[in-house]
Amino acid sequence: MARSARDAAAHGLSRRQVLLGGALAGAGAVTALGVERAVGTAPEVGSPRPGPGAVPLADSVIPFHGPHQAGIATPAQAHATLVALDLGPATDAPALRRMMRLLTDDAARLTQGEAALADTEPELAAVPAALTVTFGFGPELVRRAVPDGVVRPTWVRPLPAFAVDRLEDAWSGGDLLLQVGAEDPLTVAHALRMLLKDARAFATVRWSQRGFRRAHGSEPAGTTMRNLFGQVDGTANPVPGTPDFDEVVWARDGWLAGGTGMVVRRIAMDLDGWDRLDRGGREMAVGRRLADGAPLTGARERDEPDLDATGPLGLPVIPEHAHLRRARSADRRERIFRRAYNYDDAPPGGTVSGSGQLFVAFQADVDAQLVPIQRRLAELDLLNQWTTPVGSAVFAVPPGCAPGGYVGETLLG
Amino acid sequence: MHARTSLTAVVLATLALAGCTASGAAPDAGTPTPVPAARAVTLEDGWVKATDSGMTGAFGRLANAGDADAAIAHVATPAAGRVELHETVEDDQGQMVMRQKEGGFTVPAGGGLDLEPGGDHLMLMELAGGIAPGDEVTLTITFADDSTLEVTVPAKEFAGADESYAPGHGEDG
Repeated sequence: MARSARDAAAHGLSRRQVLLGGALAGAGAVTALGVERAVGTAPEVGSPRPGPGAVPLADSVIPFHGPHQAGIATPAQAHATLVALDLGPATDAPALRRMMRLLTDDAARLTQGEAALADTEPELAAVPAALTVTFGFGPELVRRAVPDGVVRPTWVRPLPAFAVDRLEDAWSGGDLLLQVGAEDPLTVAHALRMLLKDARAFATVRWSQRGFRRAHGSEPAGTTMRNLFGQVDGTANPVPGTPDFDEVVWARDGWLAGGTGMVVRRIAMDLDGWDRLDRGGREMAVGRRLADGAPLTGARERDEPDLDATGPLGLPVIPEHAHLRRARSADRRERIFRRAYNYDDAPPGGTVSGSGQLFVAFQADVDAQLVPIQRRLAELDLLNQWTTPVGSAVFAVPPGCAPGGYVGETLLG
Repeated sequence: MHARTSLTAVVLATLALAGCTASGAAPDAGTPTPVPAARAVTLEDGWVKATDSGMTGAFGRLANAGDADAAIAHVATPAAGRVELHETVEDDQGQMVMRQKEGGFTVPAGGGLDLEPGGDHLMLMELAGGIAPGDEVTLTITFADDSTLEVTVPAKEFAGADESYAPGHGEDG
């Protein structure tokens, strides 16, 4: 229904006009009572209303069902909240099945602009605003789903410890991840409320992190995001919809086929320290220009960096310790898809900044793809001086499901 | 939201009527075969309130695509010893209480009946055990014409639907 309403909206009809039109077309065959009811509950038809052009996001719907979960290849929405839950002691495999059926049903309805079952605020569900809900399974959930087996794939475990880490329990780990994204923060809040009400019997909230990007429509679609250092961040990402993206992101084997690996890291950013760095120093730290994200050896954002180029003094144009250089690998397998969000929380006592990045990366094999990159960056990266990982979690993101199915069925049966 | 639901039901009614006409094979033009109520009525978006013990409610929207009113005779479920058809009314102290509805439920032809917390609902009594969130509960709805509709609905944790039960209205069966 939401889709047909959206199609119709493109032709200048409101959702209500479409529905009423459909109802009246059949009016001859139904009782007068039915028609009275229909007209009576839509009193605003015929009265002046803003055209659909005035609310471009009202009917923006991302399909829920499919081979992959939404919220990965989906263009990153302006708002996202990531919540990790700890399973209760009694949440065994049958309970996990019940939980994932309930949560899948909520997500399937809410993302399509329909109220969830037993939704006490159904009006809040009427604006999907490109809502997506993505589920990830932590190591403990996988272990409980397959009690006598080894956790597979083996990378479903915490990342190895890196020297730069200052991890806090409050931002790390978790058995079940909910990534809820939408172009409208009220939509995110309502979806999360419904999901957490239905998860409450099975799990407790471990951590919740809210992130944001530019508002929808304030930049052309496809613009690479900027982080709170002002940097263009994510240029080297594979492009969703390409074979390259599919290869980097989607797992191919076993219960995870069509799913992916998800790493969530909370990276505190020292904005006060960054303030002491002049513009030239900031650009050297990354190896890209702040104005447009172009490599220091190039003219445009997507130009390939020339890592061999040297300046007048014979020094590399892109410094040896620059983030861009350290993040790259000659091994094409060592690539990831980043879908990060900024955060800007209340400053800790006596400071003026509680800012950073929710680093979110998707890759088919965390150990083979992300860990080598992370290891290189931890060893040496100019940016480490101003960034500190304070949270870290790894999740297996199951494939999507068809109507009638549920997310996690390939693992839980 | 409410407008959308009721409009959907009207559209469904139209479609279903067309289907009945086609498949009815009208044996005698003067006496159309009545469609069994169970074929005309659906329970949409049904759910049961999860509970540890005692009694609980079942909700959803009954839609009747047929051209005759469908009266519900009784409802049964393996989850409960007894199911009553309840309404929620104000008692003489101004309290909202639920009680068995005189004459039961009738789903109007071409229309629907909302079963919702704070309104008409199915009351599951003498529960066989707890109903956990995510459990599936099968309801068998028997209509006055003896046709039966079987539907399976999920149980959900729900804070509301706790109206007090009016004493003296069949509580002890």
